[in-house]
Amino acid sequence: MDESIKIKVENLNLLIGRKHILNNINILIPKNKVTVILGPSGCGKTTLMKCLNRLTDLYPEMKVSGKIFIDNKEILNTRNDITKIRKRMGLLSQRPYPLPMSIYKNITFGLKISGRRKRIFLNKRIEHYLKQASLWDEVSDRLKEPASCLSIGQQQRLCLARGLAVDPDIILADEPTSALDPLSSEAIEKKFIELKKSYTIVVVTHVLRQAMRIADYVVFMYLGEIIEQGEAKEFFKNPKRDKTKSYLQGVFN
Amino acid sequence: MITKKLIKIIEEAFFRVIMFLSTCIIIFALGLIIYSILNKGIPSLSIEMLTQTPKGGFYFGKEGGILNAIIGSLYLSIGATILAFIIGLPVSLYINVFLIKRRKFVNTIRFLLDLLWGIPSIVYGAFGFTIMIFLGMKASLLAGIIVVTLFIIPIMVRAIDEGLKTVPLGLIESSASLGATKSEIAFRVFTKQCFPCIITAILLSFGRAIGDAASVLFTTGFTDHIPTSITQQTATLPLSIFFQLSSPIPEVKNRAYAAATVLTIIVLFISILSRILSEKYKKTIIKF
Repeated sequence: MDESIKIKVENLNLLIGRKHILNNINILIPKNKVTVILGPSGCGKTTLMKCLNRLTDLYPEMKVSGKIFIDNKEILNTRNDITKIRKRMGLLSQRPYPLPMSIYKNITFGLKISGRRKRIFLNKRIEHYLKQASLWDEVSDRLKEPASCLSIGQQQRLCLARGLAVDPDIILADEPTSALDPLSSEAIEKKFIELKKSYTIVVVTHVLRQAMRIADYVVFMYLGEIIEQGEAKEFFKNPKRDKTKSYLQGVFN
Repeated sequence: MITKKLIKIIEEAFFRVIMFLSTCIIIFALGLIIYSILNKGIPSLSIEMLTQTPKGGFYFGKEGGILNAIIGSLYLSIGATILAFIIGLPVSLYINVFLIKRRKFVNTIRFLLDLLWGIPSIVYGAFGFTIMIFLGMKASLLAGIIVVTLFIIPIMVRAIDEGLKTVPLGLIESSASLGATKSEIAFRVFTKQCFPCIITAILLSFGRAIGDAASVLFTTGFTDHIPTSITQQTATLPLSIFFQLSSPIPEVKNRAYAAATVLTIIVLFISILSRILSEKYKKTIIKF
């Protein structure tokens, strides 16, 4: 397989009862790029993302079949340690879910459960990751305060820092700006463009403009199927399928 | 149109009055109970009452106190609450974190626990008594603790469960994506998010444990001494109240109210303590 491909999804199907949520998904996600999964609400974008880090395991009703490769390693049908697979992917959800503890502990949580407990090491890490999520200046003097006292935009950046702290190589973001104000959204988007040097980033969104701003590679989904995928420039300039064209023109949303 | 509007106004006023009256009834009833306890209890309450065990003739109005019952009740309910917590917390974490895949099973467990919650405590007492006879045990503090533990476990589990149920899936997902295993999610995230709720559950169970007479009637017995080991019989406040209240001597009867006052104050103290604790930790929990 090509070195530049980070994630490869092969014939992925997901059923809830008899309902096909994801239908024969095949995608290639390039390394160190921002890949945007675009599509109207309810088309299975979030579900697809949950398959990638096997959060689908938490839902009994979801029946998943197919293959997902990350760096050429199959992750979907393996009995390997799921926590290890999940740790390789930082997750940003639709609204921030900070852990019910202090800002400091939010970031050290991931490190501590993987056995890194030395204080000096943790302190260094915290500064590094909070700076990476551009949150350090705002919270450096109140690390012991609970995360719940932060604004929602700050909370989302805290979640980003927390995700980065477990040292993943992929960032999964599920409509990460949908609960945020425009300024906080912009901060997050800028971060993605900055971070793609060292991470492979997958963003789910239904906001066309956001996709245009950040995407290098676009996957367009509709009703559980992949309609079109390709390089962002090409995708937005010359969409090949009719459904893509009408979505881009805002005929349905 | 006007009549419709009028009907709405009347409807609104009607329900407001009903709600107001119900609230008044509750407050009035509660006030009356507390008043009657304090009114008769406080005059009989003395240092002697709190610091001495019953002397000869205590139940005929002579000197002595109810220290045996106070200490006994505390031993019993603290022991039972700790045991019920140790057993109950894992149960509620288990059904909320490990069994999220099996909703039917979880709902069956919840239903059974609710059923157990509804069983009168005298049944637990009788059950405990049968087991004790079977094992050849005598009435003792240990037997009482075990029976009361059984009796408050459903309360403990369901009260914690109600809090854990409200933890959103998103929090589980994000903890899982940080590489946390289920037990790490349970013990490090859920317990923190639901800390105020766990405190409330402990208080609720403690309140039931210390106030219940029927379950300890057969199982702990009654004695005028402070127990020095868990195999001895123990006095409890509710039984002390019961025995003194059934006396025909007015002084002894009033002492029953004094004992009730002590019981009320203990429960009040625990309530305030738990309020302070849960208020302190409320800041940390994430509101969704």
